[in-house]
Amino acid sequence: MYGLGILKGMAVTLKHFVNSYVDDIFWSSRGGRYYNDEALAVRQSPQGKGVITVFYPEEKLAVPERFRFVPFLVTDDPAPGERWGHDWCTSCGICAKVCPPQCIWIKRGKQPNGRPKPEPEEFYIDIDICMNCGLCAEFCPFDAIKMDHDYELASYNRTTAHIHDKERLSKPISYWREIAPKKAAAEAAARQFVEEAKAKKKDKKGEGEEREARLAEAMARQLVYKGGLY
Amino acid sequence: MSEMTLEAPAVGVQEYSATAVIATLKERYPEHVSDDGREGYEGIIVHPDKIVEVARDLQSELGYNYLASLTGVDLIEENKLEVVYHTASIQHGGDPLVLKVQVDRDNPVVPSLVPVWPGADFQEREAYDMYGIHFAGHPDLRRILTWEGFHGYPLRKDWREPFYEEDVKPFGSRWPGGEVFRAEERNPYGKNVQYPPGWVPEGSEHEAETEAYGGITYTREQSSGIKTEKITINMGPQHPSTHGVFRMAITVDGETIVGLKPVMGYLHRNHEKIGERNTFIQNIPYTDRLDYISSMSNNHGYVLAVEKLMGQSVPERAEWIRILMVELTRIVNHLWALGFLLNDLGALQTPMLYYYIERELILDLFEATAGSRMMCNYMRFGGVAYDLPDDVRGQPTMKFLHDIIHDRLPRVIEQGDQLMTGNEIVRSRGIGVGYLSPEDAIAYSTAGPVLRASGVPYDIRKANPYSYYPHLKFDVAVRYNGDIYDRFLIRIDEMQQSLRILQQVLPYLKETEGAPINDGKPQYAIRMPRGGEAYGRVENPKGELGYYITAKRRDANPSRYHVRAPSFINLTALEKMSLGHKVADVVAILGSIDIVLGEVDR
Ligand code: SF4
Ligand code: SF4
Repeated sequence: MYGLGILKGMAVTLKHFVNSYVDDIFWSSRGGRYYNDEALAVRQSPQGKGVITVFYPEEKLAVPERFRFVPFLVTDDPAPGERWGHDWCTSCGICAKVCPPQCIWIKRGKQPNGRPKPEPEEFYIDIDICMNCGLCAEFCPFDAIKMDHDYELASYNRTTAHIHDKERLSKPISYWREIAPKKAAAEAAARQFVEEAKAKKKDKKGEGEEREARLAEAMARQLVYKGGLY
Repeated sequence: MSEMTLEAPAVGVQEYSATAVIATLKERYPEHVSDDGREGYEGIIVHPDKIVEVARDLQSELGYNYLASLTGVDLIEENKLEVVYHTASIQHGGDPLVLKVQVDRDNPVVPSLVPVWPGADFQEREAYDMYGIHFAGHPDLRRILTWEGFHGYPLRKDWREPFYEEDVKPFGSRWPGGEVFRAEERNPYGKNVQYPPGWVPEGSEHEAETEAYGGITYTREQSSGIKTEKITINMGPQHPSTHGVFRMAITVDGETIVGLKPVMGYLHRNHEKIGERNTFIQNIPYTDRLDYISSMSNNHGYVLAVEKLMGQSVPERAEWIRILMVELTRIVNHLWALGFLLNDLGALQTPMLYYYIERELILDLFEATAGSRMMCNYMRFGGVAYDLPDDVRGQPTMKFLHDIIHDRLPRVIEQGDQLMTGNEIVRSRGIGVGYLSPEDAIAYSTAGPVLRASGVPYDIRKANPYSYYPHLKFDVAVRYNGDIYDRFLIRIDEMQQSLRILQQVLPYLKETEGAPINDGKPQYAIRMPRGGEAYGRVENPKGELGYYITAKRRDANPSRYHVRAPSFINLTALEKMSLGHKVADVVAILGSIDIVLGEVDR
């Protein structure tokens, strides 16, 4: 019969239409379907039924640990009364070298005698250019640069507000532990592993030391890569 | 290999002997054909005088009847330009046969292959645009990705972009004495444009337009019935049905289309030049931005090409994860493509939004694994960047995967089938419209669903297998009518095959849990252990995605980086499919090709 295909299709839309109310009824006695974290989690899971819309900005989706947005620099937790602690960054330049659009600028610190100091004097990221690829965080050997989760960066000024300087970029390690607890723990474990391997290396001097340390570091990295650690 | 025994590769491909073909050619053209003896290179170098004959022989009798890719290379040290052709065999499968033609850099003239393979049309125009190689006998040799007022040939090694800093990254100005600056301030807008000599910026538009339209040729005698005036109308670039910033200059006789020229390049950013400035690893996130619906499989093609060049192996678990991601990407892409195709056919938004619900779930997995929903940047040379996460949206990853692969996706594909396949409007708009014959589909170098809906069962996963596909059971989806409706159905078939693959992959993923996901140490800068060329091709959801890469030994950057973009080349056949139909049909035909402008324009 002509039109049967259309009717069949309409039955599907009708089912969706009805379903969008069924779920409302289910949640009505459980705190409502919207503006309710519990309901939002179900709505967004593979078990979700009916309307899946998220009412941003009142409702926000949780972002996973690995979510990446414009990077930030890790510092120690600040001493009371201070804004930042010591930078973790040693100004080694790896992130600036790996960054695909080359949007990281680092001015390496100088010691009074003119030799390089393992600390950045200045650190800039042009977030207009940053493509949020996460390679900087992936390859920083000191866990000093991490991808942020704060994606609400709207501003009224394009040209100046979007070059983030060191002040703007720095955030304490406790912040990283908060937004990515598992990842932070895995990285801490890997760092400890390296430390221990280095200590061992000091004990037994000899050839191949450096190689051993490098091996240890590679192993630690592998640990982080594996699912078990994060 | 793990304990679970993998099936012996059950591939229906009989390796066709390229050596024999090359020997035949050398025998026939002893003066004009020679081996490419450079270290790490393969294939043959053909003298420009004989390239057309060689191509004809390959096409008509030697079995290499498909021009997969055509591109230029600048060999500036030797003062030569090179054209590289990758020809493949539809019947026999196997690796492509590579032909090269070298010409003087100051007077680069190469005979056009459009008479042999119409699929060379846009690719030759691109090589002309980027390298200034003149293809003698090309019917419409104009710039294609850049505009008429563009100065120079941007992929030549001595051409420099307005924001030029250094030949290759990383730039010295970033570290250790990094002083931040904004490139656009150094070279402000309006001052950064150069025009070709004699080009007047104002007033030249008219000529350029006439030229664009003038490319359309038609004869008056063809029309019958009521005498009507032929007119040329313009669709796009800002048009809701062109899937992005894409334009078509259409000539109609009454309502019937008698000529069509795609105009593109509005999103052109010279991806390949950027790629040649980048280090190898820096290119991975850039490939995400090509076909931004399928970033995972873009990554895959690129890492395959580089791994080939490096001789890098990949551990088992990484291969399974790659296939998982790539097949999910295929489903994402086809859900999107079907949604938009139906949108173009007038089923506004409804099917599209139903499909999106499932797509969102897959993107949740991508985000939890790779950190981003669309710009995944997930694969690395020798494996993948991270293992699967512990959980996705609060559920254990394996359970999540099981739920979507065994329950949700089969259901939604089924539901989509019910919703639309039998729909009389879809049928009457789709059946018999936009026909492309199998011969044309091959000759026009179309790939992917477009090729297979025309009855040509060519799927690189089977024909030139890579990764672990030989261990998996799946069928190559093929449909025979070559119209919009078949291109619609074939995407449903392909999703079903992808589900089949995914269901086979899940047990392997479970079994390899905890195994390494990368061979070798993560490195931020790799140096090529050997020089040479490599062509990595994968069956992207939209067709053959190929990366042609050349590098010198110890180099950290590719010296040539070319992307064989399926969307771009599939468009070559758009005019052929549209002739004789109405303007409203073009919208649907374009939808059935499924293009993404990020990849077309590069
Ligand atoms: S890679 Fe890490 S330690 Fe090195 S400069 Fe970048 S942020 Fe600092
Ligand atoms: S996320 Fe990528 S683009 Fe952004 S600063 Fe890091 S490396 Fe550069």
